[in-house]
Amino acid sequence: MTDSLPYIVAKYNYWLYVILMMIGLYAMIAKNNLIKKLVGMNIFQTAIILFYVSIGYKTDATIPIIQNAHGGHDAHAAVIHAADYINPLPHVLMLTAIVVSVATFGVAMALAVRIYQRYQTLEEDELRMRISEE
Amino acid sequence: MKFLGFIVVCLTGALLLYGTGDFSNWGDPNSPASLHLSNEYIERALEETQVPNLVTAVLADYRGFDTMFETAVIFCAGLACFLLLRDFREKKQRFYRHIPTGVILHVKNSKKVLPVGREFEHIDKDWVPSDLIIKTVCRILVPFIQIYAMYVVAHGDFSPGGGFQGGVIFGSSLILIAISYDLKILVRRIKEKVFGIFAAVGVLIYVGIAALCMPMGGNFLDYSKLAPLLPGDPHHVRALGMLGVEIGVGIAVTAVMVIIYINIVSEGRLEEGL
Repeated sequence: MTDSLPYIVAKYNYWLYVILMMIGLYAMIAKNNLIKKLVGMNIFQTAIILFYVSIGYKTDATIPIIQNAHGGHDAHAAVIHAADYINPLPHVLMLTAIVVSVATFGVAMALAVRIYQRYQTLEEDELRMRISEE
Repeated sequence: MKFLGFIVVCLTGALLLYGTGDFSNWGDPNSPASLHLSNEYIERALEETQVPNLVTAVLADYRGFDTMFETAVIFCAGLACFLLLRDFREKKQRFYRHIPTGVILHVKNSKKVLPVGREFEHIDKDWVPSDLIIKTVCRILVPFIQIYAMYVVAHGDFSPGGGFQGGVIFGSSLILIAISYDLKILVRRIKEKVFGIFAAVGVLIYVGIAALCMPMGGNFLDYSKLAPLLPGDPHHVRALGMLGVEIGVGIAVTAVMVIIYINIVSEGRLEEGL
């Protein structure tokens, strides 16, 4: 235990995301209600987003916006060190992923509304019963 | 089933946690993800594009193709919501409230429509008009939210922001009108058709700017070839191209957010609902 503690502390971000991701996965597998499954899917997506953003982090670095870029041509000549700015690539990927996840969540909600309109329930076992009755 | 699911989840989690052993530490500047492409972006983006916000530079320029299709995905999501839910059948019954007396009228003849204004107001079976305080506060807030959204879009090149964020903020201001007043008021002010057109126009602005680069002698999405068309310093032409693209993204995202909202809350009828 004493050996593994510094190992966990150095990588605690991954532990948090794995736990969050597994909460989402469990909800998607075990919950009976379709809306709860969707909430689980959203938790899962959030874990992935956090995971990506944390990959881009560097100690002692600032946000990926070049400083003093407005200061005329002298400032442009200054050398930019990659170690001073955190990695912009995961931010870009997750920026679009967040909006796309909202849009796909909207489609999932629309499907849930249609299912409710037709079968008057969102519980999976009742749904299965009503589909087999038809 | 629940127990089985729990075991599967525990096993997957344990495997993933075991896998983190090969990952680099939190905040390690020498992690593999920060060693290759990202250094190129950080060191050269300002010189090549004149855009200090590296996220926007990568989003709209280096990875412009990706963002274009993400916008198309959002458009498709709005379209899917519309096609799944929209219900054009007229509702047979309507409820009105006579404002001075508070009497509620139930109109069963679908042809008969009362004039909504000072005398009558729409109400739904399970929805009542919001409180005066809520309406007033939201009415004051909405223009500020919209100005802020435009600021976020316009300053996407220089500070945190951009088309996606600004579009979501603008869309949420319209959703706030629908929540604080009534869905009907939003749909009467801005027709549903307008939202549909805006969603398509936003994607078309993006694709149009990208395609315009080709007759100007460049590749698809090569903004630097637009220099003869745009005023100002030719060094900043890439930044201006990105701004145009971001405006397209913002319009598309705004429209799609509202389309998704109005279709889901009213089950596609655009009458009742929050």
